[in-house]
Amino acid sequence: MAVLHPVVNQISEFDVDQQKLKNTKMEDEVLKSGVASGRVQKMTALIVDDNRVNQTIHHRLLQNLGIENQVVGNGKEAIDVHCSGKNFDLILMDLDMPVMNGIEATRKLRAMGIQSTIAGVSSRSLTDNIQEFIEAGLDDFQEKPLTIAKLVSILRKVQNHNN
Amino acid sequence: MEVGQMQRQWVDYTKSLFLEGFLDGQFLQLQQLQDESNPDFVVEVVYLFFEDSEKLLNDLTRALHSMLFWLATFECFMKVCCFWGFRFLCIFFPPSYRDQPSVDFKKVDAHVHQFKGSSSSIGASRVRNACIAFRNFCEEQNIEGCLGCLQQVKQEYYLVKNKLETLFRLEQQIVAAGGSIPMTELSF
Repeated sequence: MAVLHPVVNQISEFDVDQQKLKNTKMEDEVLKSGVASGRVQKMTALIVDDNRVNQTIHHRLLQNLGIENQVVGNGKEAIDVHCSGKNFDLILMDLDMPVMNGIEATRKLRAMGIQSTIAGVSSRSLTDNIQEFIEAGLDDFQEKPLTIAKLVSILRKVQNHNN
Repeated sequence: MEVGQMQRQWVDYTKSLFLEGFLDGQFLQLQQLQDESNPDFVVEVVYLFFEDSEKLLNDLTRALHSMLFWLATFECFMKVCCFWGFRFLCIFFPPSYRDQPSVDFKKVDAHVHQFKGSSSSIGASRVRNACIAFRNFCEEQNIEGCLGCLQQVKQEYYLVKNKLETLFRLEQQIVAAGGSIPMTELSF
């Protein structure tokens, strides 16, 4: 592989990205048609992230799959939203946030009896020490950036959890 | 220029951004999220990235240069004192002036982490890679390394900003001429 011209390597990576997109687009269409026909119950989600770019992308990713969603900027706002009586099927929880981080927010939500699927979404990888985050009560963890494929994988967990 | 030519130019230019490593597959993900109900999604997210990035770069520049200012001032003061043999005068200054000013590498790292996150989310891979190198120097508390990385991150950011603005201008021209953006032609 080392003898290949770097441009050829990049072309191959691009092709792989395109193929991955085609596959996830098919899964995306299956899930969307499921929601539209009522076979898949309409899900709700809460996005907990302090980064505006990520908030916008995650909101659109969920909206694209027909999932009603709300956005908050840190762990404390996530707690407050739940204290106001709201509940969600899925919580996308960032790790590094001001005021209250994802570990503390997840612990508190579980202590409050919140049983929603909580998926940790962080730019830290599994090799970084995120054990504490998982042990706080996550049902899933995905490394950012979030893609359609990663979100579909999280949503399957939510469906299994609900069933 | 006729629409077909502009569309071919758009395809070639977009491919070049991937080949040169400015953008990666995450940018394709954003394009997939754009449709008739959200026709300007990519432009909106990218301009949000530009806004946040300008602020982050200003914060980083202030944090690192103020650190450098205090280091330079203290060094200069020590040299003057030593020259005139008044070193002992330093003992009358509060500890914070005698010791090397503490550097808030944690704050710098937090800003770079944010920048890495948002650049990664829009597929700006060179900016993301520059941020990764920057974070390594923050961890080592290496001020010179950080300053070098700040320059690198700025350079990569302004390069990709320029490229994306050119891409969006091309798109505007195609749409203004009555054509559509040929997303499906992005394959080798």
